[in-house]
Amino acid sequence: MKLTLKALLKSPWVFHLSTGSCNNCDIEILDCLTPRFDIERFGMLLAPSIKHADVLLVTGSCNRKSAIRLKRLYEQAPKPCLVVAIGECSLSRGMFIHSYNCPLPLDKIIPVDAYIPGCPPKPEAILAGALKLIQKIKGNL
Amino acid sequence: MLYIVYLIIYGFILTAGLGLIASWIDRKITARIQYRKGPPLLQPLIDIIKLLGKETLIPKGASKTMFILAPVIGFGSVVTVSTLLWANNNNLFSSFLGDIIVVLYLLAIPSLSIMIGGFASGNPLARVGSSREMKLLLGYELPFVLAILVPIIKSGFSLKLAEIIGFQAQNGAVAGYASGILALIVCIFCMQAKLGLVPFDIPEAETEIISGPMVEYSGTGLAIFRLMKNMLLFTLPFFLIVLFLGGLKFNGISILYSVLKYIVLLLIITVIRNTNPRLRIDQAMRFFWGPATVVAVVAVILAVLGK
Ligand code: SF4
Repeated sequence: MKLTLKALLKSPWVFHLSTGSCNNCDIEILDCLTPRFDIERFGMLLAPSIKHADVLLVTGSCNRKSAIRLKRLYEQAPKPCLVVAIGECSLSRGMFIHSYNCPLPLDKIIPVDAYIPGCPPKPEAILAGALKLIQKIKGNL
Repeated sequence: MLYIVYLIIYGFILTAGLGLIASWIDRKITARIQYRKGPPLLQPLIDIIKLLGKETLIPKGASKTMFILAPVIGFGSVVTVSTLLWANNNNLFSSFLGDIIVVLYLLAIPSLSIMIGGFASGNPLARVGSSREMKLLLGYELPFVLAILVPIIKSGFSLKLAEIIGFQAQNGAVAGYASGILALIVCIFCMQAKLGLVPFDIPEAETEIISGPMVEYSGTGLAIFRLMKNMLLFTLPFFLIVLFLGGLKFNGISILYSVLKYIVLLLIITVIRNTNPRLRIDQAMRFFWGPATVVAVVAVILAVLGK
């Protein structure tokens, strides 16, 4: 494995994007930063700008307005960039599946590397998902 | 030829190594203050290696040359300052008259490079951050320069770092005098602003202007800026130690004192950063041009009177 990729897995900076969630998933993501869970011990930091990010955390059912922004944001992220879908909404549109405003699930818009189900997923589940993603990349290469 | 070796070994490798460790200590103490576990020892280094491997994006409408050059300018000046400081501290080569003035100017260049980078990127948030950085620079330079007059006056108006260290070796540290301790306190506040840490992280305020001038930087540019900041975290306390606390010595038991001096300064920086909210830019300016300048002037007057 290349050194820079190895380093990436040890310090994935996450950028958090809500595409119209009910805000519950976002609160659970912020929970991961609290002393109880402390994602900084895996080297993860919350990146302020998408240009600094290595992992894009997406919550919420992408609606017609935010899907365009989501795509633009993904194109702006410096590659290699991983995408994690958090919560039922971004996985399969959850309870909004029949809504006129949510035409597509997230993985039809941008490639998704890991799915974390739950409505909302617990912080433990988010951490477990992040670690599984790291393992998956390690296994692939 | 020898100078280049000093530049690489002392200015870059040694300072960068110590700066990365300092940055880890800072993050670890912050985590412990917040009852967290904190990052592993190599984390700052891993961050930089990772950033080197990422794509470098140049935004549309940016001034390309300046955008790429800005981090290099800041980094170069930090390497030069560290080399000068190490040279005077360890008697590597005899420095020139007025090197303290050169060090002062070179220490302003990292802030300038951040400003240049922010303006060159063309992002409105970066521009706001850069203009705040400029105001902050105007604010803290005045008390900083006034406070640095104190060791110069104390050592009989010498403008050479080596002579200031020599004076302190014979007469005890400058911080032992009333004027010296006042000037040191002012310098610690200015150092906090120079490092861009809370309460003076106004240019980078992450919650309002998402990291300010850095917002468009990615990949190598960001890596160089981060390395520059980590090195400053060592170089600025080192500068104060040379001026006020008698420099770092590495023979016998005094190595313990040297480490202690540095760790105490780093601890003060970290504790200030963790126990304060961010100021507004006008409050910061009022602080620096008001109380800080007054204290610095008092320190200079005391120094002239020989206290
Ligand atoms: S998955 Fe559930 S908790 Fe998360 S945004 Fe959707 S509705 Fe809210």
